[in-house]
Amino acid sequence: MADPKLRIDQVSMAFPTPAGHYQALAPITLDVPEGCFLSLIGPSGCGKSTIFNIVAGLQEPTSGRVMIDGLDATGTIGRVGYMLQKDLLLPWRSVLDNVVLGMEIQGVSIPAARKRALPLLRRYGLSGFEHLHPRALSGGMRQRAALLRTLLLDTDIILLDEPFGALDAQTKLKMQEWLLQLWSDFRKTVVFVTHDVEEAIFLSDEIVVMGTRPGRIVETITVPVGRPRERTSALSSEFIKIKERCLALLSADAPNDAPLRERAA
Amino acid sequence: MALQDTVAGLNAVETGSGPPDIHRQSTRPARRLPVQRAWPAWAIIATQLGILAGVIAAWEIGARIGLVDAFFWSQPSAIARTLVIFFTEGDAWTDIAFTFQSTIIGFALGTTAGSGLGLSFWWSRNYAAIVQPYIICFESLPKLALAPLVILVFGLGLASKIAIATALTLVVSTLTAYAGVKALDPDSEKLFYSLGASRFQVFRKLVVPFSLPWIISVLRVNIGLALTGAIVGEFIASQHGLGRAILYAGQTYDIALVWVAVLVLSTLSIVMYLAVSWVEALLQKGVNR
Repeated sequence: MADPKLRIDQVSMAFPTPAGHYQALAPITLDVPEGCFLSLIGPSGCGKSTIFNIVAGLQEPTSGRVMIDGLDATGTIGRVGYMLQKDLLLPWRSVLDNVVLGMEIQGVSIPAARKRALPLLRRYGLSGFEHLHPRALSGGMRQRAALLRTLLLDTDIILLDEPFGALDAQTKLKMQEWLLQLWSDFRKTVVFVTHDVEEAIFLSDEIVVMGTRPGRIVETITVPVGRPRERTSALSSEFIKIKERCLALLSADAPNDAPLRERAA
Repeated sequence: MALQDTVAGLNAVETGSGPPDIHRQSTRPARRLPVQRAWPAWAIIATQLGILAGVIAAWEIGARIGLVDAFFWSQPSAIARTLVIFFTEGDAWTDIAFTFQSTIIGFALGTTAGSGLGLSFWWSRNYAAIVQPYIICFESLPKLALAPLVILVFGLGLASKIAIATALTLVVSTLTAYAGVKALDPDSEKLFYSLGASRFQVFRKLVVPFSLPWIISVLRVNIGLALTGAIVGEFIASQHGLGRAILYAGQTYDIALVWVAVLVLSTLSIVMYLAVSWVEALLQKGVNR
């Protein structure tokens, strides 16, 4: 069988603290097949963001390797698209010039990058906003721009760290559908972090439930709901069964929400 | 009825004793939001001009009837005559040009070098840690106290004035640019690196444009500082300049000339300040925040 698109191979992370060795992430192994939409859910402090930083090459793992297309990519940057929680649009650039930032950094000439980005901006709901500055945009529009910036990179894998966490419920639903549209158009492999169980089920092929102390994988759940998915599929029995399972796993991990200080010790 | 009882009961619990005083509110005098009527712009300007004219008139009359000692304070009519002589027969234009030149060159050098230095601290944490105490020392040092030394090293001419003006502006720009660098969101850097950016790309496409508003915000302060530096340099030793004119006039008890030179200097200062404010506004609009 072919190599998975992304393999996280026995990756662990530990920090030395005054109180001793703190294991942030137990050795984790995770395969993400090509074109898969995989969600990570778990309580805060379970190491989701650490995993993303390691895969994006922004942090060296204490042990283990990150494999992309079967090749070792540990500690190399620019191999995956990474969208952080904040949109991080540059206020001095227009929306169009923000979206082409990734291409520009990877060496595409600015006119060529703009030419490639412009029709996509128009197709994916930013028509009329191309030449505005980000501060003129609503939260949802800003997230769209940030997401397009990530998607237009020449990378097959994108990591999305709670991209819709700060949006209101209405906008969030719209953005989820918009993201699924993009995902099926671009055929990228997506790893998605969220706190929202329903969001994870609606979007994903696979859900990885994580636990804390140390950060680890508790269970991997396949979502058998077919695509394209309708909003009403959230009412189906399989959907509800998965939701119940996820919630049970999450609450089992944190029986009584320990204070942060204790957790860090 | 039942609702009213509940509300009354709650009030009683809150105040702690007795039945609630329902009429308490109406016994208070009604107070309206104070409104201040704004004068039209012409009235403001007319008043300002009136005050100015009044002060000048009082000064002149006071000097004539002997209430103000014209030897120490001079008087407006004498100042006006001296002003005309200063421009027609005196060194007015040479002095203005000299002071203007040293101010502008010192301003440009200090601001550019200072901003560059401040931005450069982004490159290395170690380098910033090593250099920073020196910058703080230099900032707290009364640089004007070193002016005599600067004159000795750079001579009586333009160079020493430029040096003092540069020294005054350099530190302000360095610290402000560095403040801009430090305000940078680490997540923005993270984003750039996740896109595969080199350090130079991060510097050019993120650090510099991000810090520009800081660098620009200091221009107006710096033009004033540069002028101060140039004037102090001229006070200590110079052959030209408005500062030298003021010093010379004071030493020869030509108080009217002191006023004239101060007046010309203020005008120069205001003109430069307005010009720099205009450039600053233009640049801020350009960087679009």
